[in-house]
Amino acid sequence: MKIPHLLIAIFTLALFNCKQEVWQIKQIKGKQIAITDSLKADPEIEAFIKPFREHVNKDLDSVLSYAVDTYSKSDGEFNTAIGNLFADVVYEQANPIFFKKTGKNIDMVLLNHGGIRSIISKGPVTSRTAYEIMPFENSIVVVGLKGSQINLLIDYLIKAKRAHPIAKLNLILDINDHLKEATISGKPIDVIKTYYVATNDYLYSGGDHMTFFKPEESIVFLDYKIRNAFIDYFKKTDTISPVIDNRFIKLKK
Amino acid sequence: MKRREFIQQTSASAALVATGGLGLTSFTSGEKTTKITILHTNDVHSHIDPFGPENGKNPNQGGVARRASLIDAIRKENPNTLLLDAGDIFQGTPYFNYYGGELEFKLMSKLKYDAATIGNHDFDNGIDGLFAQLPHAQFDFLSANYDFSNTVMDGLVKPYKVFEKGGVKIGVFGLGIELDGLVNKNMYKETKYLDPLEASQHMTRILKEDEKCDLIICLSHIGYYYKNNPDKISDLNLAAKTKDIDLIIGGHTHTFLPKPTIVKNSLGKNMLVNQVGCYGINLGKIDFHFYKGKPISSEGTSILV
Repeated sequence: MKIPHLLIAIFTLALFNCKQEVWQIKQIKGKQIAITDSLKADPEIEAFIKPFREHVNKDLDSVLSYAVDTYSKSDGEFNTAIGNLFADVVYEQANPIFFKKTGKNIDMVLLNHGGIRSIISKGPVTSRTAYEIMPFENSIVVVGLKGSQINLLIDYLIKAKRAHPIAKLNLILDINDHLKEATISGKPIDVIKTYYVATNDYLYSGGDHMTFFKPEESIVFLDYKIRNAFIDYFKKTDTISPVIDNRFIKLKK
Repeated sequence: MKRREFIQQTSASAALVATGGLGLTSFTSGEKTTKITILHTNDVHSHIDPFGPENGKNPNQGGVARRASLIDAIRKENPNTLLLDAGDIFQGTPYFNYYGGELEFKLMSKLKYDAATIGNHDFDNGIDGLFAQLPHAQFDFLSANYDFSNTVMDGLVKPYKVFEKGGVKIGVFGLGIELDGLVNKNMYKETKYLDPLEASQHMTRILKEDEKCDLIICLSHIGYYYKNNPDKISDLNLAAKTKDIDLIIGGHTHTFLPKPTIVKNSLGKNMLVNQVGCYGINLGKIDFHFYKGKPISSEGTSILV
């Protein structure tokens, strides 16, 4: 069956004309609307969130431990009670996991002073406390470093003059800020020995200018968040009472 | 808050107004004009509840339930609305740590998000953690430059999606940031990052020529602009180096803009780049007013921001 030519012609013309008709943007208006308390909360959404919120809050606020005092990272010169707690908790919680994975022990811990994000207030300690002092998601890593690089790490600490949290490493500065003694577990640093340094993934990747972690002899990701290490530690510890000690000191004369 | 508005309008638009109405009504049936509203968020980072009154930075701001009522009101005013998110849905409050993103995805589904792209923090529980939450998301994840073929996400993320609203075809494609150095490899595993510029050129060709889209939106998590690394690919650079993208909705850099940025694309045509900070404090709203007629110079478009 043949379609008359005229019809084809009309159809083609119509098609051609239709093709000319397209959506075009005449005007664009852009703005930003602030979500403030002047907006009414959608009751259905609010009701949906409520049980989740209650569960989280109940869990966050359940008392895990008790702090005998208020601990702040500004209390102390080369080491602070809260910083010592940070480093000691990482050692205590991470060493069994590292040992299970590798058959080796962690030799020392290094974290950063800036990573202590809040005080621990005297009184009940909860999971919320752990979120406050460690809001970041950083996980514990154990880096194998030659003693020669441990010496670079020590140089960094001496220059920084900040109470970066350390454990198992002991440093004594003389009155002129020169290193008098550096030991790990009571022994001087052996430049050819490999030491296993627990830190977090942020510092391992050069955070806070800690460039001495590279090149490393080995790296083990424990897949264990610092915050979770705190929560686990709080759960098994009745009272939190860290102190400023002699792990990093400067002699007065 | 009273925002300063200004009109960027070229001289050609006056001609447009004069020619635009000629003889059009006599042709096809159906609407001659329509409005498409694009709503968007980015880097909400698990901020489900509003900030409390004691918050030092953003007191009493944000909150999903408030955002829901705002979106609802806008949709009632214009049903031809798309709701998009530019990634980093996860991580930032204990909700994520407790539920792994389940609540975030469920709420976004209830708010009827149409699509989202994937941010680096969406890998924070690993690609397996993201995969595990996907059943809770009743919206599509779009990424044109993450190749998931050797991962659990294979086949679950589309490069683009075409929506039809009020007769207008809207093509949306997603872009993600380079993961190496930002996310541990053991988190993103075999996800391959492809060049965002090449991916965009490929996407705009498909959306413009094959899918015949009237509006093309890039949902990006590559970041607004890097002042200290100006050559790094970013929304502003991408906008200037491509054509046919009408709007880039950005994320990653948590950029608060006083108003959407007008950028000239590679053909000298004006387009918009927008980002609304972070934590669900703001909702971006871009209205595209369309009319149906014979193609004229794109310079006829006026942009009010």
